[in-house]
Amino acid sequence: MSQNINCRIVRRRQVLQAGAAIGALQFAAPFIIQARGETPIKIGMVDPLTGAYAAVARSEVEGAKLAVQEINGKGGITGRPIELLVEDSANDTGTGVQKTRKLIERDGVSFIIGDVNSGVALAIAQVTNEKKILHVVPGGHSDAITGSDCHWNVFRVCNSTVMDGNAIADVLMEKFGKKWYFLTPDYAYGHSVQAALVKKLEAKGGKWEGALAPIGTPDYSSYLIKAKSYGPDVLINVMGAGDQVNSIKQYVQFGLAKQMPMGGTLFELESVLALPDDARAGWWTYEWYWNQPKVPQAAKFVADIKKQTNQIATARHWFGYVSIHSIALAANQAKSVDSVAVAHALEDMKLPPEVGLIQNTAYFRKGDHQLMSDVFVGQAHGAKGNPDDLFEVTDVVPGEKAAGPVEQSGCKLTYPA
Amino acid sequence: MTQLILYNTFNGLIIGTFYVLMALGLSLILNLSGVINFAHGGFLAVGGYLAYTLSPYIGFWAALIAAPLLTACIGIAIERTLIRRLYGRDPLYSLLLTFGLAFIFEDMTRAIWGAQGLPFTPPSFLTQPISPDFFFITYYRLFMMAVVGIVVLGLFLFLRYTRLGVRIRAGTLDLETVSALGVNVRALRTMNFAVGIFLAGLAGVLAGGNLSLEPTMGANVLMPSFVAIIVGGVGSLHGTLFGGLLIGVASGLTTVWFPSASEAVIYVIMAVVLLVRPRGLMGEEGIMS
Amino acid sequence: MRRGVGPGVAAIWLALLTAPFWLPLVHGYEALGTRVLVLGLGAMSLNFLLGFTGVLSFGHAAYFGLGAYGAGLTLKLLAPSTPLAIALGMLLGIVAGAALGALIARRRGVYFAMVTIAFGQVFYFVAFRWNALTGGDDGLRGFSRQPIDFGFFKLDILNDLTAFYYFVLVCFAIALGIMAFLLRSPFGRTLLAIRENERRARFLGIPVEQHIWLSFVISCAFMSMAGTLYALLNNFADPKGLHYTQSGDFVIMAVLGGMRSFWGPLLGAAVFVVLQDYLSSVTTNWQSLIGLMFVVVVLFFPRGLLGFLQRKSQA
Repeated sequence: MSQNINCRIVRRRQVLQAGAAIGALQFAAPFIIQARGETPIKIGMVDPLTGAYAAVARSEVEGAKLAVQEINGKGGITGRPIELLVEDSANDTGTGVQKTRKLIERDGVSFIIGDVNSGVALAIAQVTNEKKILHVVPGGHSDAITGSDCHWNVFRVCNSTVMDGNAIADVLMEKFGKKWYFLTPDYAYGHSVQAALVKKLEAKGGKWEGALAPIGTPDYSSYLIKAKSYGPDVLINVMGAGDQVNSIKQYVQFGLAKQMPMGGTLFELESVLALPDDARAGWWTYEWYWNQPKVPQAAKFVADIKKQTNQIATARHWFGYVSIHSIALAANQAKSVDSVAVAHALEDMKLPPEVGLIQNTAYFRKGDHQLMSDVFVGQAHGAKGNPDDLFEVTDVVPGEKAAGPVEQSGCKLTYPA
Repeated sequence: MTQLILYNTFNGLIIGTFYVLMALGLSLILNLSGVINFAHGGFLAVGGYLAYTLSPYIGFWAALIAAPLLTACIGIAIERTLIRRLYGRDPLYSLLLTFGLAFIFEDMTRAIWGAQGLPFTPPSFLTQPISPDFFFITYYRLFMMAVVGIVVLGLFLFLRYTRLGVRIRAGTLDLETVSALGVNVRALRTMNFAVGIFLAGLAGVLAGGNLSLEPTMGANVLMPSFVAIIVGGVGSLHGTLFGGLLIGVASGLTTVWFPSASEAVIYVIMAVVLLVRPRGLMGEEGIMS
Repeated sequence: MRRGVGPGVAAIWLALLTAPFWLPLVHGYEALGTRVLVLGLGAMSLNFLLGFTGVLSFGHAAYFGLGAYGAGLTLKLLAPSTPLAIALGMLLGIVAGAALGALIARRRGVYFAMVTIAFGQVFYFVAFRWNALTGGDDGLRGFSRQPIDFGFFKLDILNDLTAFYYFVLVCFAIALGIMAFLLRSPFGRTLLAIRENERRARFLGIPVEQHIWLSFVISCAFMSMAGTLYALLNNFADPKGLHYTQSGDFVIMAVLGGMRSFWGPLLGAAVFVVLQDYLSSVTTNWQSLIGLMFVVVVLFFPRGLLGFLQRKSQA
């Protein structure tokens, strides 16, 4: 019996020693991308590196890292190198807010980028606004970010749901008809996509029905049963991330692909890759696509991402890339890292083609700080030769056209005095 | 309308059988060892991922057996090194341990197989609907029901007629006496745990055909499994079987009238059962005081 | 309650009072300190039930979350008053705790734990799905902590984070004072008796179920208070605060620090929060490390850090 206790104490001691060693490192510096040279300019990036959105978040981080490398190779921002500090928000708002405070208060970052999750992005925006730090949202889609909850210091790269909806609605009506059935996730993103599409549909006299499915629904058969019995011209799948993958997988397994065409707004390349080949179908909008023969600069970006990550470049890589480059360009133009000055410089600034990587010119609209970039409308398909080329672009809609007038965004920006 | 009801009831049965598979494994482990296995969802994910990795080499059917077996081996290793030490202690500790294991599983599966969802496909002849009218009944779902049916039958036969099974049942009722009768209780617990984990791994392989393979895939099924056990009655395997089917069918039926409440109805049933008959529909009073 | 921790307790209070000053020196930051206080209060509330009454609830985060939503909804819909938000948030938690406690007071052990988990998930589910009221998965936004007007001076806890930290510290002290008072009273002694040997307590004529129910309600009250403070810290409330993983976090904090000691859970909360904050910055595999910590604590430090230190000092 006593020998037992001794054994445990010895093991416990070893554990304690190891723990003490780790504990001594308790307050060391966080995970950083190092840069050499003089006092670096720190940019903080908060994204959900673990949890349901880990795949797309990591792509955004990779894109940002590539941009940091490129900029540092050319002298950095106002002659100073960039240091990228990445923190995991774990898809949790409390953590996101805390990490943002940590980056600003303890690490002294000059700019913040994040989050994929719109709810987290909005909560972080409250903090960055309070601290007067420029904040770029690479991939959070909620309309409120550049709409009712916009701030002078917040800019967004990815499309608003209204942009995506407007770009594809007419295409879907022409191709299929005006009787739609919606499969929508029951949270703000889903509601706003549906609202945008419904507005366009009803304006042309279309009719629709729909079902709201909770996030994380594993089984879609009951929803698909209802959809089928309604007999729509096209099934609009608004689900996101893993739910979209599951619902499409089941839609295809039920043989519905031949009976009921499918479309929607976002169907990201990461999700397409998670599906077996025969399930890659439907009509969607892409916020950026890698295969653009008319844009020579895109090929270099794709090659660089491939080399860095061994993956095909997706819109998410591009979001992170554009976020960093925009900040650098604006700061260089303003010759300052003061957020107010940089924000002013970023408004209406035209992104050069090697950053925009699209046919038209991308710029952040002054009225709501939303990036006006091309919306790619097209059809997903299985691999035909190139295993990465899973989307055929039929239309490229310029951002301003898809976004609608800035007065309708509901955004009122007030700069600090 | 009747057609819609029939469709959804049948659909609910299909979902229910899946819950049954998960819940039975949980129940087995809970009944004999008093351990709430929070890591059950993690084992499910591991089973699915292993099948994905193995099937290019040995085919889908062999993977269907091999992956759960491998998962059960991992389960045995974990039971012998970690969980075993906690049997005599307050149930708090085994709860916390499996809780921590769940974290580790999620992270390790993400580290090994990536954060990206993976496309696991069963053979294509299975993923067809049986008819255009009954499009939501694919051969795969029937296959799932058949597998679960066979497994449940096998489990009940095992528990009834094999020596090990009888000992497990006896151990659920009175472990001390079983031990006094000379049965190696340690080995018994390990084997029982292994059977429970086998079921979880199998559920993972089956789920992989229907859902995408991702590190968080087990988390959604864990709670309904708990509810199935509570509704059916803690300590009763028949109860768990019934509970799983009940909540599946209830969920399917609710979709006809209130689709957004289809998940909530599971918890409503649980609340009602706890109010009216706290031991569960088929539970025995005092089994888990 | 062991004596001889007088100087220890004084040291703790000193550290807490001066935290905004020494935190930046050790590479910490103020919001981290406030978070430790809030979660520490939660862990200590849970421990009232777990460590001192011997009852395991694994769904206690439900009351944490209810407090958060209660406070948020009050600020958003009713009145811009921080004290009212805290009061109503606590009321919500107390009512839910009283109702649930009555339902399950007869159960024990594993079954009690299972039921608390399941009911905790019910609340999570309601918060997740009742979009119109709670904002669903996006969480409850559109409110912020309001400055408190004491008549002769205004405590701007909205913009001044240091002021907010001290506000939380005062709330924390009040809660702790009440809990300590209760634990030292005959009521508290009875709880200890129930923890040590429930059957004997029953034979002594103690109405065990009623005591357990009361203990449950008290711990829910302070847990929901912690929830209200959390909502005020973030200006946000979300369903995650109700999830069983949050419950599990509270339990591990209590166990890690030491369930048998009053201050143990605060220490556990400090270690857990700091560790999680640090680890998630240096590696994306921090989940494995936290999970590993759970395993190590359960296997090697079941009495927690304070329990381990006490043993050493007695050996």
